Amino acid sequence: MSLLEVTDLKTYFHTRAGVVRAVDGVSFSLERGKTVGIVGESGSGKSVTCYSMLGLIPMPPGRIEGGAARFDGVDLLSCGERALREIRGKRIGMIFQDPMTSLNPYLRVSTQVAEPLRLHMGMDKRRAHAAAVEALREVGIPDPETRVDMYPHEFSGGMRQRVMIAMALITKPEILVADEPTTALDVTVQKQILDLIKARQRELGTAVIFITHDLAVISEVCDEVNVMYAGRVVERAAAAELFEDPRHAYTRSLLKSIPATHAKGEELYTIPGLPPDVSRPISGCAFAPRNQLGESGRCLTDSRPPLTEIAAGHWVQDCPGCLS
Amino acid sequence: MPYLQLSDLKTHFPVKKGLLFKREVDTVRAVDGIDLEIEKGEILGLVGESGCGKSTLSRTVMQLVPATGGKVVLDGEDLSALSPDAVRARRLDFQMIFQDPYASLNPRMTVSSTLAEALRTRQPELKGDALAGAVAELMERVGLDRRFVRKYPHEFSGGQRQRIAIARALAPQPKLVLADEPVSALDVSIQSQILNLLKDLVRDLDLTMIFISHDLSVVHYIADRIAVMHFGKIVELGDAEEVMARPGHDYTKKLLASIPTIETHRR
Ligand SMILES: Nc1ncnc2c1ncn2[C@@H]1O[C@H](COP(=O)(O)OP(=O)(O)OP(=O)(O)O)[C@@H](O)[C@H]1O
Ligand SMILES: Nc1ncnc2c1ncn2[C@@H]1O[C@H](COP(=O)(O)OP(=O)(O)OP(=O)(O)O)[C@@H](O)[C@H]1O
Ligand SMILES: [Mg+2]
Ligand SMILES: [Mg+2]
Repeated sequence: MSLLEVTDLKTYFHTRAGVVRAVDGVSFSLERGKTVGIVGESGSGKSVTCYSMLGLIPMPPGRIEGGAARFDGVDLLSCGERALREIRGKRIGMIFQDPMTSLNPYLRVSTQVAEPLRLHMGMDKRRAHAAAVEALREVGIPDPETRVDMYPHEFSGGMRQRVMIAMALITKPEILVADEPTTALDVTVQKQILDLIKARQRELGTAVIFITHDLAVISEVCDEVNVMYAGRVVERAAAAELFEDPRHAYTRSLLKSIPATHAKGEELYTIPGLPPDVSRPISGCAFAPRNQLGESGRCLTDSRPPLTEIAAGHWVQDCPGCLS
Repeated sequence: MPYLQLSDLKTHFPVKKGLLFKREVDTVRAVDGIDLEIEKGEILGLVGESGCGKSTLSRTVMQLVPATGGKVVLDGEDLSALSPDAVRARRLDFQMIFQDPYASLNPRMTVSSTLAEALRTRQPELKGDALAGAVAELMERVGLDRRFVRKYPHEFSGGQRQRIAIARALAPQPKLVLADEPVSALDVSIQSQILNLLKDLVRDLDLTMIFISHDLSVVHYIADRIAVMHFGKIVELGDAEEVMARPGHDYTKKLLASIPTIETHRR
């Protein structure tokens, strides 16, 4: 059995402007020691998928409309806040997308990094402080003995992001959920962080859910990749397979937009139009209006294309327009 | 005369220790003697390791952090010599896109009020339909759907918030934009859209821009010249093509070597 099994997760927001179907039937599974990636356009539901599993969706307006997320025999979606509190921040660590909003500006970095150890492992103050210094050193914060007693605003953007990473790893979680963990980091530091996560996976068998828009990073760290569009998975495959043989028109468009593949000065390829309004029901293929690389005329209009296995381990939404 | 001229600019932060008797134990030399000249209409890419002082440099130019030494001269005017009021009046002309969009947006204001307020700093006469139209146009430029106007920052995804921050910075029609990692939170498609937009704006409005990014391929794409910063100093400065093709400083070489690419990782 998988370490984590998410089936048909649906998370909606009931807002003044209507029901936002942020996540609309997402399934995936995660094995020990493996890394599953989630990519997709801004607003496609990547963060909401992960927050849902950890009970971090503000309710209301949010609501889990259906589905299950099984972790070690427990359904995270229905087990209740009490049971979740034993898991979140201890057995499942989380790196948030927005470091400044998840760090408390009034508390020293040392207090915050050491908190999970004191809270979940009952470690005494001195040992927790020493562990915090070590954790900061591991993520490449220079001079951690002095730095650890500073406040978040005295850190640079990338350093704050690394503080979040240190916090998430400090309890040696079984699953690490990493939401855009390296966006503010230059490539040299990014490499150091990715290597650290990989080392943890080797030593402890940590499984990782890796959300990023950086396709090169995805190709470097992930075993399997889920491509999300408008709250659903449109394609899933082993990382190497996805980059060599992308099938869905959306995946192909994403790969085509990478700046590195363009000559200097050349207009960058962009997917025309905007993602669909998920607060209105979508009846056919959600990508149809923007489908340039396939044949939008052949996209499904009356039913939403189901995710189908077209080759061993390679799943794609079965829409003739997007596959051609 | 260059449009923006930095001479021997320094921003140092004291490091204090002790709870009651704070003593200064050290100094962080975040910006440590920078000389830089930028011409009107130029895009200067600024790259460098996390913590090397990029954000501090831009905040110092913006006069949000006091410089501990040196001068910032914008269009012939020494900003460091201006009174806080005079700086505020000039600030319409130079805008910053902050690295952390969430922290820089007012959580109690809807997108439309945030953008309307920013537009009216330059055009106080804008009202009613004309104002609503200008807001809608601005949103469209950064790829945000018009249906989002009445939402609050927390109702957006990370990338959507980043675009609100970009729209707000562009609203007062600035002449100089300091963009601190403006596209790093964006997926490739929106990223391309924003890069194309920034390039157009620079050309159409004769904008001058300092573009901070840790992503060399993005900087290479958009910048005319690249400056590489290391421990508070500029260690390499040159034509974008030239720096990419023939990096001189060790750190630049290291940066170039560690760029992850899709091709090299096919297993
Ligand atoms: N509290 C909320 N209230 C209403 N809508 C919300 C709320 N939180 C998220 N949403 C909406 O849900 C959708 C999915 O958001 P999510 O944060 O999962 O996107 P994402 O894929 O992580 O995007 P990004 O790459 O920009 O971070 C978006 O359209 C967003 O506007
Ligand atoms: N208010 C402050 N007080 C003390 N030190 C500070 C303050 N602001 C920044 N620093 C320090 O100055 C140095 C440079 O920080 P800065 O934010 O300019 O880096 P950066 O190049 O923007 O890095 P990143 O790429 O991670 O955003 C860092 O060591 C940081 O900790
Ligand atoms: Mg997100
Ligand atoms: Mg910075």
